[in-house]
Amino acid sequence: MKNSLEIKGLKASINGTEILHGLNLTIPKGEVHAIMGKNGSGKSTLAKVMAGHPDYEVTGGDVLLDGKTILGLDPDVRAREGLFLAFQYPSEIPGVTIANFMRAALNARRPEGQEVDAVEYYNELYKKMDLLKIDRSFTSRAVNDGFSGGEKKKNEILQMAMLEPKYAVLDETDSGLDIDALKIVSHGVNSLRGPKMGILVITHYQRLLDYIVPDVVHVMVDGRIVKSGSKELALEMEKKGYDWVENLATA
Amino acid sequence: MSEVTTLEKPDLKIDQDEGNFSYPEDYAFDAGTGLTEKTIDYICDVKEDPDWVREFRKKALRIFREKPLPTHWASKDLENIHFDDFRYYLSKGAKPKRTWDEVPDDVKRTFERLGIPEKERAFLAGVEAQFDSEAAYSNIKKAVAEQGVIFVGSREGLKEHPEIFRKWFGKVIPTADNKFSALNSAVFSGGSFIYVPKGVKVKHPLQAYFRINAENFGQFERTLIIVDEGAELTYMEGCTAPKFDSVTLHSAVVELVAMKGAKLQYITVQNWSPNVFNLVTKRGLAHEESEIKWIDCNIGSRLTMKYPGVILKGRKARGEVLSIALANNGQHQDTGAKMIHAADETTSNIISKSISIGSGRATYRGLVHIPRHLKGCKNNTECDALLINTESRTDTYPAIVTRGEGNSVQHEASVSKVSAEQIFYMQQRGLSEGQAMSLSVNGFVNELVRQFPMEYSVELKRLIDLEMEGSVG
Repeated sequence: MKNSLEIKGLKASINGTEILHGLNLTIPKGEVHAIMGKNGSGKSTLAKVMAGHPDYEVTGGDVLLDGKTILGLDPDVRAREGLFLAFQYPSEIPGVTIANFMRAALNARRPEGQEVDAVEYYNELYKKMDLLKIDRSFTSRAVNDGFSGGEKKKNEILQMAMLEPKYAVLDETDSGLDIDALKIVSHGVNSLRGPKMGILVITHYQRLLDYIVPDVVHVMVDGRIVKSGSKELALEMEKKGYDWVENLATA
Repeated sequence: MSEVTTLEKPDLKIDQDEGNFSYPEDYAFDAGTGLTEKTIDYICDVKEDPDWVREFRKKALRIFREKPLPTHWASKDLENIHFDDFRYYLSKGAKPKRTWDEVPDDVKRTFERLGIPEKERAFLAGVEAQFDSEAAYSNIKKAVAEQGVIFVGSREGLKEHPEIFRKWFGKVIPTADNKFSALNSAVFSGGSFIYVPKGVKVKHPLQAYFRINAENFGQFERTLIIVDEGAELTYMEGCTAPKFDSVTLHSAVVELVAMKGAKLQYITVQNWSPNVFNLVTKRGLAHEESEIKWIDCNIGSRLTMKYPGVILKGRKARGEVLSIALANNGQHQDTGAKMIHAADETTSNIISKSISIGSGRATYRGLVHIPRHLKGCKNNTECDALLINTESRTDTYPAIVTRGEGNSVQHEASVSKVSAEQIFYMQQRGLSEGQAMSLSVNGFVNELVRQFPMEYSVELKRLIDLEMEGSVG
């Protein structure tokens, strides 16, 4: 399907253990979907498999980006096709400034010899930083090196803003954030919401969904989506607990 | 087909790979293979060496023969050097040239291939470029000569400026220092001689490009630089070598002398092809309140053994070694630094960064010596190693000997890895695996490279990019 990120009957395993058991999910461009699930339900695995993490083996199904499969492509090719993953635990890259890192990432999307113009680049960067309410000094720091949890997540959202992906997957972006950082990060995501981007928010807690209000909520249990619904589903989940859906899964 | 017509074909033998190129051999003088007293006589005759040099060489040959290979502490790979298979002297047969027009075309093409920017090529007026064992091109920039600076090949130096040359030649690094300094002393040829008079501050760095262009040909440059009281100089030595199938030996000796209050900076980017044994002795003698700084980057070669040192002879003298070593598959970079404190209030600083890729091996050997009777001496040593995958290996052998009171030493070492997670993270942003590794490595050396002159940091970054691209399957 054009204009959507489709996951069809996806099965994936790590070290021979199957984690995803045939997962189905469609995120149309312009919508924000949320996946809720307990620890160990396979949420982060889904994010990593979509992005092409080498530790996971896909044993069945497909992932289609605007109708084209991305399985089998190297992670960087998937990224350049328009898939962005905001990491739960972003890596540190000592000695490489955020500004240089993002410039390299943007240049990787362009033909050789046609690098981004430095002035244009910084104009764009500062515009996005203002939008996300990030201090100018931030980008001269080495990527995630010695960052607090909140700074790391802010950096992920800034990169998302700069790279303008077609689809963004936010893996537990709320984990380890205090309420102020959560507000800043949510504000960032909300300001990037729009008809050109499909967003999948993966979370353990309903709290994040108070700030990033999803169009659709999915509940994941044991490597499958067991229930989907409107944003109210998140509240129901919060009230009734995961046992409620687990019973649905086995029913 | 004659030599001339083949030379006119611009693409002849030129590989697309950077630095992987060669030109037909056309040497007017060749001492043949092997090393005997007759070889020395041949070299002396061709070079028209004065008698004292002939004696110096022969004595060195005897020392070379007596000294064992340092395999008890160094790599056994040294045993793979077959000294009898090398040619020990080879000359272009041309007198050092004075103008750009007189430079042979294949030499000019090499500069082009090395990627020296147009602007810098114009700046070659101030460059001493050495091709094979004699300076094929030498044109001292007018302004430098006007300041009284002597910048010539070592042969011209010993002939025309014996009063300065003989005073310091072989004094910083005695012939018997090690087997390879003895070898160099026996067969040295080429290299630079520089003298900067009192108070003269040379604005532009003087440069030399080295290149080997004959199979089985060992290159034995001998460089001597003297910076007189209060004078300042930066010297840059860069090299890439064409790739050959059989082993090549490179064994240079570089001696630096900084007189009272002088400042001398010596910069090397070593990018020999991966079949070269690069066994180099480099040392500086720092007089009172002078400063000697070695910036040393080792990217190429099969085995490099090089430990630039400074003898801090005068009060408040300062020595510094900033080094980067990149050991790719099949390479061993055995590098380090020596700081010999021999006066009060002397300070030294060593920062070493090494990167090991694949089966590449990086070794750091440091020696810091502060004897008991000295006061107020300081040393700082930092060595950081980066491993790109599990096969690679890094070793650190710091030897710090401090005696007496009021002297301080500080030593920090770290080993880090470029993890699969880090590469995945960067790839997720759209960088290829090679670009990701290159960025990690550049990040690792970034802080150090910032202290290098601009053009060298750019060149180094380019070399790292090339290495990392090649290291990804």
